[in-house]
Amino acid sequence: MEFKNTKGIFLQIADNISEKVMEGKYPPGEKIPSVRDLATEMGVNPNTVMRTYSELQSRGIIDNKRGVGYYVSNEAIGIIRQWKRQEFFETDLPLIVKQTRILDISFEDLKPYFESILNSNPHENQ
Amino acid sequence: MIQIKDLHFAYPRQQALFNSLTADLRAGSITGLLGKNGAGKTSLLKLLTGLLHPVSGELSVMSHAPRKREVSFLNDVFMVPEEFYFPTISILDYLKAYTPFYPRFDLELLDRILVEFELGKERNLQRLSHGQKKKFLIAFALATRCRLLVLDEPTNGLDIPSKALFRKIIAGYLDEDQLVIISTHQVKDVENLIDKIIILDNGEIIFQHTIEEISQKVCFVSGTSKDVEGAIYCEAIPGGFRLMMPNGHAETEVDIELLFNAITNGYKIG
Repeated sequence: MEFKNTKGIFLQIADNISEKVMEGKYPPGEKIPSVRDLATEMGVNPNTVMRTYSELQSRGIIDNKRGVGYYVSNEAIGIIRQWKRQEFFETDLPLIVKQTRILDISFEDLKPYFESILNSNPHENQ
Repeated sequence: MIQIKDLHFAYPRQQALFNSLTADLRAGSITGLLGKNGAGKTSLLKLLTGLLHPVSGELSVMSHAPRKREVSFLNDVFMVPEEFYFPTISILDYLKAYTPFYPRFDLELLDRILVEFELGKERNLQRLSHGQKKKFLIAFALATRCRLLVLDEPTNGLDIPSKALFRKIIAGYLDEDQLVIISTHQVKDVENLIDKIIILDNGEIIFQHTIEEISQKVCFVSGTSKDVEGAIYCEAIPGGFRLMMPNGHAETEVDIELLFNAITNGYKIG
């Protein structure tokens, strides 16, 4: 049986920040919002945002400059890419593959769709 | 900040509501107090704020016994009750009369929140709608900077945008030395805002965990079958079933409603 779930909120926020780093909205070296500012902006408990920042810090994606704030680390993009690729192969891809089996879609069937999606969203493939 | 031990309470000529209540609450948290109708949520809040007196047992709030109603206690506690009454005066006059009771009152903060809630200070309190009165009371409560804030069903009567605004204001304007207790049935309104859940049932605290503890112990998933090995609790939903299961490896969002139903039906998260 398939299970659908939604990630814990502190991980959702981590994904959101990681996405902004990958999109160039928070480039390496850039300061990210303080715990309080982000908590206010999202209406989320500050302790939850604190957990997100600890997680991102322990992964090496952000650095804490004491008394100044949190900054995107220089290695952030590489770390996030590796982290998200692993997540894709472990979590997202198995679901897609299971779905293709149920719908009787072969690897060959997928190819033209794969190409056409890739071509229609060139900016997503940077 | 709050220590409760073997607290016993009964209304006159009635069966005991609390027989042996025990709890320990610390500052720096936004705690959700959940319970069915008549579980004793409001009575507990009234005990904490000195509006009701325990029959026996220990109750210490910021090192005070609330029933003594000492000034140094009362000026550090604010309760937003479910039902309230305002005199026929303007917000300005109300502030003149009531802010002196609260030494840490922050007028600048009040102004900021009133702007966000779109309330002008020249408005007469009696001429505000119920929701607007409630918004004023919430703004006033936060601006008191009291270390203990008790909110009884704070989102009742708030319009749709105000509920999101309420979350932002509570998440953004608190200090680490403050404790907020929110009693509510509207769990969606406080989802992601509270970091701890207390469940009161039949006069007992049957559950007391942080969201972090909960999400590490159990996960919440949807599935097409309810016969899942190890599932702790399950409920039917339009697309199949909602399940609470021991956490395998990844943390999921805490489904407070499912958790509440599981716990009040006698299930444990382990």
